[in-house]
Amino acid sequence: MTSDPSHPHAHDHKHEHQAVLSDPALRVKALESLLVEKGLVDRAALDALIDTYEHKVGPRNGARIVARAWTDPAYRQRLLTNPDAAIAELGYGGMQGEHMVLVENTPQVHNLVVCTLCSCYPWAVLGLPPVWYKSAPYRSRAVIDPRGVLREFGLELPESVEVRVWDSTAEIRYLVLPERPAGTEHLSEDELAALVTRDAMVGVAKATPAGKGAAA
Amino acid sequence: MNSMHDMGGMHGMGPIEYERNEPVFHAPWEARTFGLLSAMNCWGKWTLDALRHQIEKIPAADYLRMMYYEKWIAAMVELAVSSGLATRAEMESGIPAPGSPRLTPPLTGAMVADMISQGAPSTRNVPIAPRFKTGQRVRARNINPIGHTRLPRYARGKVGTIERDHGVHLFPDTNAHSLGEKPQHVYSIRFTARELWGDAASPRDAVYVDLWDDYLEPA
Repeated sequence: MTSDPSHPHAHDHKHEHQAVLSDPALRVKALESLLVEKGLVDRAALDALIDTYEHKVGPRNGARIVARAWTDPAYRQRLLTNPDAAIAELGYGGMQGEHMVLVENTPQVHNLVVCTLCSCYPWAVLGLPPVWYKSAPYRSRAVIDPRGVLREFGLELPESVEVRVWDSTAEIRYLVLPERPAGTEHLSEDELAALVTRDAMVGVAKATPAGKGAAA
Repeated sequence: MNSMHDMGGMHGMGPIEYERNEPVFHAPWEARTFGLLSAMNCWGKWTLDALRHQIEKIPAADYLRMMYYEKWIAAMVELAVSSGLATRAEMESGIPAPGSPRLTPPLTGAMVADMISQGAPSTRNVPIAPRFKTGQRVRARNINPIGHTRLPRYARGKVGTIERDHGVHLFPDTNAHSLGEKPQHVYSIRFTARELWGDAASPRDAVYVDLWDDYLEPA
């Protein structure tokens, strides 16, 4: 690249755009081969990490916690006052869920979780975050226009409800404890867990009797 | 740093694109990238805060254009090179330098489950007194460091109320730059929507931000 005094950043241009990959699949294949060959990464560890978050750790964990809280008032109380220990009772916790706080929805209060600065998310109870949670539209607007964001998700809240937005700026990870839907008194804990969606535990939806499960 | 990552309160980013039945990874390379960086983190050559800062340093236009895991690749390349785990020529060619030693990975397949279930707590068990009390009114300082910080721009200079003391945690602003953990209290601070966004905002709504002692002053 030739030097162009009218464009002082021209010499930086090539470097800046190295970050944008023409074909990430090829690049990652080469990186994996290098890092394994150098002994920096163990391929079995790689496979186990991926398998854990594709198949083992996900919103089902959070749904079980919520369903337990709905059916067991003593557990609900422990969950709100000592969340890490209460979550560990069900066998969950650890990476990106070391310091949990449960925020409880009520008829008067609706909670919404975001990370405006990056993509912090309670992996231990919800798995890895969906793309929309990590996206600029959600991160930028959740704090300034939470009601507009909720409307985009199909949730219109009355003015009388207080909206609390939790920006995950530190290592504390937030999980919304949704309201138990009316008319579910006859359901078992497992049946209730099936109503608890990921979206309800982030706060962009409510749990409904017609919930489509935690994967939705 | 006041870069593109600090986007809370911005307009103009468009509608939220929601994908039904979204897979955990959208392509095998995303999964491999997730695994590679998670495994590379286990060398302990950089902190989570340093990793976040590396991603923040991606130029703004690229930051908005790149897919999430592309940012992970970019950060992994830079951190591997700057920490000396690999050379830039190696990271670009995918071929180990002639005669370079073969190392032993710190994380094996058998260790993954324990590593995940233990996590990496950011709390520190040191007797450090909180500078503020629950219920106290505090102002987030107006600071604009060029390094890493977790004090978002939209909260700077704003007054809120301490709702909860989360205990003593390491401090990202120093921890990201190998300047020590500087453990201190983190609080959940309630800022009313009107304090942050003006009179047009809902009189009921609030944003809770987790902030460290060093970010705060009495109001």
